[in-house]
Amino acid sequence: MTTTEDRTHVGAGIDAVTAVARRLLPEAGVITDRTRLRTYECDGLAHYRVTPALVVIPEDDAQVAAIVRACAEHGVPYVARGSGTGLSGGALPHAEGVLVVTSRMRAIREVRREDQRAVVEPGVINLDVTKAATPQGYYYAPDPSSQQICSIGGNVAENSGGAHCLKYGFTTNHVTGADFITPDGDMVALGGAAPDAPGYDLLGAVVGSEGTLGIVTATTVRLVRLPEEVRTILVGFESTDQAGAATSAIISAGIVPAAIEMMDALAIEAAEAAVHCNYPDGAGAVLVIELDGARVEVEEEYAEVARLCEDNGSFEQRLATDAVDRALIWKGRKSAFAAVGRISPDYIVQDGVIPRTALPEVLRAIAELSSSSGVRVANVFHAGDGNLHPLVLFDDAVEGAGEAAEQVSGAILDLCIEHGGSITGEHGVGMDKAKYMPRMYTDEDLDTMQLVRCAFDPGNISNPGKIFPTPRLCGEVPGRHKAAHPLQQAGLAEVF
Amino acid sequence: MTTQTLDATAREAVTSACARVEEPGAGDHVDGVVPGLVARPADTDQVAEVLRAATAHGLTVVPRGGGTKLSWGVAPRSADVLLDVSALDQVLDHAAGDLIVAAQAGCRLADLQERVAQGGQRLAIDETVPGTTVGGMLAANTSGPRRTAVGAARDLLIGITMVRADGVVAKAGGRVVKNVAGYDLGKLLIGSAGTLGVITDATFRLHPVPAASQWVTAPVSDPAAALAMTQAVLHAQVVPAAVEVAWAEGSGSVSVLLEGRVAGVAGRADATRAILGEGATGSDDAPAGGATYPWDTRASGEDRSTALKLTFELSALGEVLAATAGTPAVLRGSAGSGVLYAALPPTTDPAEVATLLERLRRVCTSRGGAAVVVDAPAAVKAAVDAWGPVPALELMRRVKDQFDPDHRLSPGRFVGGL
Repeated sequence: MTTTEDRTHVGAGIDAVTAVARRLLPEAGVITDRTRLRTYECDGLAHYRVTPALVVIPEDDAQVAAIVRACAEHGVPYVARGSGTGLSGGALPHAEGVLVVTSRMRAIREVRREDQRAVVEPGVINLDVTKAATPQGYYYAPDPSSQQICSIGGNVAENSGGAHCLKYGFTTNHVTGADFITPDGDMVALGGAAPDAPGYDLLGAVVGSEGTLGIVTATTVRLVRLPEEVRTILVGFESTDQAGAATSAIISAGIVPAAIEMMDALAIEAAEAAVHCNYPDGAGAVLVIELDGARVEVEEEYAEVARLCEDNGSFEQRLATDAVDRALIWKGRKSAFAAVGRISPDYIVQDGVIPRTALPEVLRAIAELSSSSGVRVANVFHAGDGNLHPLVLFDDAVEGAGEAAEQVSGAILDLCIEHGGSITGEHGVGMDKAKYMPRMYTDEDLDTMQLVRCAFDPGNISNPGKIFPTPRLCGEVPGRHKAAHPLQQAGLAEVF
Repeated sequence: MTTQTLDATAREAVTSACARVEEPGAGDHVDGVVPGLVARPADTDQVAEVLRAATAHGLTVVPRGGGTKLSWGVAPRSADVLLDVSALDQVLDHAAGDLIVAAQAGCRLADLQERVAQGGQRLAIDETVPGTTVGGMLAANTSGPRRTAVGAARDLLIGITMVRADGVVAKAGGRVVKNVAGYDLGKLLIGSAGTLGVITDATFRLHPVPAASQWVTAPVSDPAAALAMTQAVLHAQVVPAAVEVAWAEGSGSVSVLLEGRVAGVAGRADATRAILGEGATGSDDAPAGGATYPWDTRASGEDRSTALKLTFELSALGEVLAATAGTPAVLRGSAGSGVLYAALPPTTDPAEVATLLERLRRVCTSRGGAAVVVDAPAAVKAAVDAWGPVPALELMRRVKDQFDPDHRLSPGRFVGGL
């Protein structure tokens, strides 16, 4: 496995930034002790570890701005981190930089039913937004599987969605405004409570930019009316082919469920071992289908979905009869990643996307990869929008097993690209997939994306080293370059 | 009218870059600025060639699709080349099973809709200006009633091909709905008025065409009632696809669009009628004006109305309507999204426009939004600040400077003179 080596050398500017932090923040908000710094050495992708030079835990936007300003002044890199649940190393610290932890900025400032908006700070837990809005008849739709622990700041940085994105759209569709600290340390407002703010849609660029353009210190989110009726159905199939065909049939019938999730036999086994969710015995695949909306229509859609599943070979269908039942069905699905730990000592959570119609073909190809390499792969994913989450299982104690798993994991991404898909649907590129970006995009595409970064962060101090395999010097003239990159020539960057 | 002239070498460079290059005709001016040449590339490569030639010779370029919104914004400082992409008019791919469509920038939205309708699908973006093209719709960020349910272009665009000012072709996004690999350049280009790059094709998420739809409309005679009605509909369980308000001279109507299954729509229409009160009536047809703006979109020159776009928090609807009291403003738009469009007659005194604009701007900006001039006769454009205050303008300048360092694409048309 890849392990980024800890470095003990710390840049000179850190002392200056530390002094600023000590002046502004309470004692507990500035961490310099090496043992305590190590607590923050990774996010949810634990095989990359880097100890930051300094951790700060600010309490408001002014403190964030002052720290970023100090970083800018001294050329010190910084990385923002919310709950640290990211799965692509997006919040991996910089050894010579500052880790800005937003966990103390967790106020839900406003829930405005009349405007269908809430204003929340970056450390707020995703599910808490829904909890705050529910008494008023509303909820926050983007729901990553980690919604009980992940923070809104991280969701915004990674544009991480979840099961309900199929019908309701992704994080970026639900963020209308943000208070934003630029890499110069300036505070600016992007967007607002209303749509279509005049000027370039900088907010659209910032959401999903993985902290490379700056730090969001408050987010205005759209709230969605709680539906009149919700029906959650657990459907058992003998094979993933059948479950995939049922998914296609449902979408082709013009039904857009709130969610269609699929788990294969191995994923079911893991979930059963962990949370005893009582999924159908002997299923080669299950679908979790949720329909929501106006009662009459949900009833009609339910009848049609049930028929389509039956037509495509389902052997068992179970309709959740109450909230407890529904919660158990979802618990199986949402705990699947963590549950895999019960059936394998180590695993890689992959995140790729394919057009939905390619599902059967790609699942078969993954099965072939698995059998030819001897590496087990459990599949749990958002079938409705083609977002795959193959869990590649291995035992690091076995020589070469990690490498083999990495290879299978990479080959799965190649499959996604081959079928016109993407290397990430919600986890982000981060540190982990920067090397895959050139497989999906041309040099020109990547160069153009870097124009955005150069506009926001010409000094390359905001979460450097993420997303792009080779940074671009912001002063250089855009266009085609044939020779080696100047940073590469200077020995400062590596080509993957 | 100001007319651009190109020297012979520059002329030759543009001519050899592109299949068709013509002298400008009567309809080829950009809000009074007559280009030196009209280039009609046949594909993305030729668009790139034209832009490379423009770079080499320091020419300014204004892109055009169907030309239906070419006078919007501020007149460009210069337009050496009018880059007409109307020959890039193909639907490239309708993958019905994946609910996506890819089309070239010059493809008419109506043609795209006709094509995907064959598969029982639609791009849930209204045609607000007849004849609009995919590229023009994106560059001007037009939207209509249906944005309340599924959002506007920014929510449905999943991939884009653009040509940069320096002629480099770049893509972002792709052809899957869920994709977070790299920066979302599509969003930056939406509403950028041709100042960041030239869009040559775009890929969108589609929705199934609903089995049934019905409008329920009720008259309203004061702003507070309009607000109360829209709030009641939004918080009810009728799942509106659109909540529209039309308003003129102190009264108007609230219209609610219900879409879905036959039985469901019938029931929700009944519920909506009950919410809107005794005067509410149902209809299969859209209310007068449909998805278009409250001004004559075919008018040009001094015959143009002053066209405004007003955005605000949903609960500010009453205040916005009230702010137009005593003026000849006609309003229409999505009360369910916080977006209204207003029109003032072409003959309105620029000073009167300025006064109303200032009043509306005060209300809209204090309520989370903005008031901008979409289009207006030249005298009005000269008398008012079309865009008003724009937060984060310095960052926008930096973005423009990166994408178009010489400011050759549609110079001056956008916020802050960009």
